[in-house]
Amino acid sequence: MKQINAILEGVGSVVQLLIKSLSYTGSLPRQWGRFIEQCYLIGYTTLPIVAILSFFIGTVLALEAGYAMEDFGAKEFIGSLVGLSMARELGPMMTAVLLAGRVGSAIAAELASMKVYQEIDALTTMNIPAAKILVLPRLAAVLVMMPVLIMIANIVGWFGGSVVARYVSYVGISPEAYFVALRHYTKFKDVINGVEKAEVFGFVVVLVCCDIGLNTRGGPREIGAAVTRAVVVSLILILVLDYFVTKILL
Amino acid sequence: MDSTCCSKTRNPFTGVEANAVGVQVAGISKSYSGVEVLTNLNFEVQPGEIFVLMGPSGSGKSVLLRLIAGLESPTSGTVTVDGQDPCLEETRDRVRLALVFQAGALFNSLNVYDNLALYPREHRSGDEKSIREKVMHALKILSVEDAVNKFPSELSGGMKKRVSIARALVMEPQLLLYDEPTSELDPVMSATISEIIATLKNEYSVTSIVVTHDRSLALTIANRVGILMDGKLITLGTPEELKATKDPKLIDFLHPKIDLQNPRFKKLETQEPK
Repeated sequence: MKQINAILEGVGSVVQLLIKSLSYTGSLPRQWGRFIEQCYLIGYTTLPIVAILSFFIGTVLALEAGYAMEDFGAKEFIGSLVGLSMARELGPMMTAVLLAGRVGSAIAAELASMKVYQEIDALTTMNIPAAKILVLPRLAAVLVMMPVLIMIANIVGWFGGSVVARYVSYVGISPEAYFVALRHYTKFKDVINGVEKAEVFGFVVVLVCCDIGLNTRGGPREIGAAVTRAVVVSLILILVLDYFVTKILL
Repeated sequence: MDSTCCSKTRNPFTGVEANAVGVQVAGISKSYSGVEVLTNLNFEVQPGEIFVLMGPSGSGKSVLLRLIAGLESPTSGTVTVDGQDPCLEETRDRVRLALVFQAGALFNSLNVYDNLALYPREHRSGDEKSIREKVMHALKILSVEDAVNKFPSELSGGMKKRVSIARALVMEPQLLLYDEPTSELDPVMSATISEIIATLKNEYSVTSIVVTHDRSLALTIANRVGILMDGKLITLGTPEELKATKDPKLIDFLHPKIDLQNPRFKKLETQEPK
């Protein structure tokens, strides 16, 4: 019962923070500097790790597909498998997982430390809502940067698959055949579905991490606890939301 | 009430007048996890007054300040600033309230200039040139203008405190709350802070509530002093009334004596190093 109460309280707090943040949407043009800074932190600094991870996801998918399809003589479909898997599922999900680990944890740590060291209280006495200057620019930035990250993750992942297709002997199909299959079976709608998923994941991860950071109580020890909680809750939410969003989009 | 108190505050930077604000504390109690830290407090702070709260550590002074600042709500009773609940955003829209935190609470990601300029920028009070003038003026008053481009992590404890007070001044407050404004400061800077608090009251009629352990600061600048012990307001009076008190508990608090004949000290003296 106590845990259910805690979950409901958490949901209520996140919804409240969302409504409050959205009520300041009109102030966004005046927060251009903060928005760009967050785009840099969420997008640019996450890009290298997203690219590396996506490349190897693409390679592993091609390896596994080559191994499994060899028996059926269906190796020419490796491109379609890598293309669809990356665009519809692995690209959005793995990018969201990286976002939770890299950006979500940093957001939770920064806001929790601001709370513990009374910077949030100082903002409150100045009548400057934290939802306006700390949450809204992050939410806007993640909405803009997630599609960019997903597109790069997809392209790098597809490329990773083509490298395996070309150079691993038992896969052994030409990059041309790989990309023909990929283009034939991976439709624009699949890519857009992946982007939509990623937008939902990214938005929820940033919102939840902001809420956990802003609700931190206690001393420096609680900052670490808040970061752990933010990452764990984000990962669980990504997986749970993945099912429901996929069901809706199919 | 003190004759110098008046009903209008004058902005230290622009000279524009606004209504001075008073604070009413009516029957408030505050508990954390069932432990009561403040018990049935009742007092009023008049517009333009300097009200000093003293008391031993852990007596609830800072909690009371947070309740007046609207950072927390009392468990029972009411706190009003200018007749309104300070927790409400509308009250903060109407009343400029500044709090000088004991640890400074400067924004670590911003340099000193941006720390001070944040409030006027967010509330669009003037163009960048006038904001710069205000910020530099406030830093000069506190003798920290050299730190304008430094980040809080590069400042000493005393400098952080001075920058924090400068940040409060830039807000052009009608009600200014200080949590231990002279802790971590040398005697010269402590005297400067006392002067600033007194000047804001005398020339601009800013209502001030000061939480401090510093007896000389309290008895020099206060219009009235309240003493909190174990969450209860045990006395409330002018500095003169406090100086003339015959209450042994208050005398002990205001003029503590170190008894070197105390067995505790004797024990320390005779202890040999291991």
